[in-house]
Amino acid sequence: MILVGELSLWVALLMAIWSAVTSFAGGTMGRDDLVISGRRGLYATTAMIVLASLGLWTALLTHDFSLRYVASNTSANMPKIYVFAAFWGGQAGSMLFWALILALYSAIAVWSIRGRARELAPWVCGTLAAILVFFIATTCFKANPYDRLAFVPADGRGMNPQLQNPGMAIHPPTLYLGYVATSIPFAFAIAALVSRKLDAEWLSIVRRWSLVSWFFLTIGITLGMWWAYVELGWSGYWAWDPVENASLLPWLTGTAFLHSIMIQEKRGMLRKWNVVLVVTTFLLAIFGTFLTRSGLVESVHSFAQSPVGTWFATFFIGATGATIYFVTTRLKDLEATAELESMVSREAAFLYNNLVLVGIAFSVLWGTLFPVLSEWVRGTKITVGPPFFNTVNVPLGLLLLALTGVGPLIAWRKASTSNLQRQFRFPVLFGLSTGVLLFALGMRNPHALVAYTLAGFVAGTIGQEFYKGIGARHSMHDESIPLAALRLVARNRRRYGGYIVHAGIVILFCAFAGLAFKRDHDVQMKAGDTKELVDPLGHRWRFVSQGVSTSETLNRFVTAVGLEVWRDGIRQGIVTSEKRQHFDSNKQPQFEPSTEVGIRTSAALDLYIVLAGVRDETAELRISFNPLVVWVWIGGMVMAIGGLIVMWPQTERRRAGGYVATLEPAPRAELAATR
Amino acid sequence: MASARTKFLISGALVLGTAGYLMATSIQDTGMYYLTPTELSTKLDADPTFRNTGVKIGARVVPGSIQRVPGGREYAFRVTDGAKVFPVVYRGIAPDTFTDGVDVVVEGRMGTDGTFRATTLLAKCASRYESAPGEEKYKQTPGYKAGVRA
Repeated sequence: MILVGELSLWVALLMAIWSAVTSFAGGTMGRDDLVISGRRGLYATTAMIVLASLGLWTALLTHDFSLRYVASNTSANMPKIYVFAAFWGGQAGSMLFWALILALYSAIAVWSIRGRARELAPWVCGTLAAILVFFIATTCFKANPYDRLAFVPADGRGMNPQLQNPGMAIHPPTLYLGYVATSIPFAFAIAALVSRKLDAEWLSIVRRWSLVSWFFLTIGITLGMWWAYVELGWSGYWAWDPVENASLLPWLTGTAFLHSIMIQEKRGMLRKWNVVLVVTTFLLAIFGTFLTRSGLVESVHSFAQSPVGTWFATFFIGATGATIYFVTTRLKDLEATAELESMVSREAAFLYNNLVLVGIAFSVLWGTLFPVLSEWVRGTKITVGPPFFNTVNVPLGLLLLALTGVGPLIAWRKASTSNLQRQFRFPVLFGLSTGVLLFALGMRNPHALVAYTLAGFVAGTIGQEFYKGIGARHSMHDESIPLAALRLVARNRRRYGGYIVHAGIVILFCAFAGLAFKRDHDVQMKAGDTKELVDPLGHRWRFVSQGVSTSETLNRFVTAVGLEVWRDGIRQGIVTSEKRQHFDSNKQPQFEPSTEVGIRTSAALDLYIVLAGVRDETAELRISFNPLVVWVWIGGMVMAIGGLIVMWPQTERRRAGGYVATLEPAPRAELAATR
Repeated sequence: MASARTKFLISGALVLGTAGYLMATSIQDTGMYYLTPTELSTKLDADPTFRNTGVKIGARVVPGSIQRVPGGREYAFRVTDGAKVFPVVYRGIAPDTFTDGVDVVVEGRMGTDGTFRATTLLAKCASRYESAPGEEKYKQTPGYKAGVRA
């Protein structure tokens, strides 16, 4: 199986080349036989890549340490699940994994337009095959997981213990699913540009795939934050690390696209802009992959210096150049059919939304690359850290939050004063009273107050929309409230799914603002020592050390300290923090020690205890109170669920009867509910 | 009366301009030089007031130089890029990976006594995500390379 896999990889490369060449040739010459051959070539590539992947999994699970990749990423005593996950844990395997997902996506995309979109199909197929050629070639020549060692070691080097976490088993594949899905809209954009078929058809396909990408990126980023929080022990979830930023960038431009596409559908505006966003999202996804692998910037995630850097740079420049060429030669085909009529309109709100999202993306990109740029330009490396990203992105983020409330309610074309009054009176009042209430309760942090006021405003708009919609169904169809709510969402998935995503955004911003009240305490405790601390909400916490214990399990040696915890005199149980030293099959220590954080979660705040070290039976601990952290995970999941609702295909009846109509937000919710 | 398009472009430019201004000023305020010990001492020789500037130093911990101040959480150690060596004091929790001979990034200021006072200490995982040849400037000096071999 391993040999079959190795050979399949090379066959896949040949097949992908064949598919790209015949598809492009077929498209240029208009020869259907070549087009069909190209499509079959793509299916064959997919089959070969699947075989190659199965081969690598076989090698990993049977511990074939003659393969360099298996030997340097796994060991015999590792839990099976992480041996399985080691497929994407190292450089070479993750390249193959990229190719695997791309091949599967490509096959689905090409299959789903069979018999339709005849002008687009050959170019879509050819572009996807060309991207596959790049990834498979890089895998074959520069990072081949099937490379063999000159000798067979008795055991492998194992996996970094920080990666041995359930989050790490699912976070990278989810993120890859999101990254790779941007290739499909890119391929369709190129196809539409080349064939000049820039009508609604390609846009609706592109929208669907952009949603897929957005959905997986959202989950992937959330999981990544969760992993960083529980595993890295620095008591935060977002450090503006280059690789974190790299995953945020395509998410930002993808989100911008999912909004601006509505303007094109409704009003025929922003046609150039949308093509640019689709392409940029893909290029940023490639750039993110490149950043992780090239060693260009310092990051806790980097795969460090590796030979794939130049290949990536070449591909990146090639793809950018091709895009610029096609966009500039097709400007005439991308003329807008309408103009902006008023600053007080949904179009304008969405334009600002795009402006802010792209602005955030640009500042994040700038900050990420600044060390490299400054070294090129001035010869000294200047780094920017979280303060830079926060200074720039807190105001932009708050503006974005405000727009989240404005966009869905304001009228198209030109909002009248009565439209504004009717739609915004309640949300504005609700937001303001939230702010006043919090101020009265003693909150003085200006950023947090603004954030919660805006969050109240947006929550007010969402609540009002649901209230109106459910009320209308309730009275017109005589449905019970829960049934009306369910049908309201089910029959207007795009609209109400979008509101659910916005609700997730509100939850996230509330959670982010909670960080303003975070508190950290460094303490030293012997067995029996007691410490009293006050959390940001004024509760009194008491900690009693149970002393330091040591133990040994499967592949690690564990030093643990347990703290018995009381809050306001009520016992909360024991929270254990660990320090782990992993070892190999011969009990030789491996890797640096890692930290296992003791976390006690509640809706209001997390108690987060890190064992920093033990000296003379005295445990050095950092005890943190992290407000509202659990809402980050909840907000991320609410967004993902909203995205899923938006993505879910409507039944044919709806689509035939009024696909366009459902896209059109009615002037009043009552109308929408009756459709 | 300007068209809506013009108004949008103007207000958009205002938003982006503000963002750009924030970016520029915050780089000035919070941007940090990332230097090697040699680069730092060159800069200090040229301009002694550079002491007041916070910098990040990437270097390697001199093996055997780590001392813990008894009773406290203070560390004293020396770092080098092979050419220049200087002492560092750091107060706070050191990361798990902080041991003899690892590569560290310290952030802080150079004191008048020639001791670097670090406010943060990052140790790079000596093992890997995947082991890599030295790619950073301070690893490219002959002294550093000799030190690694030794």
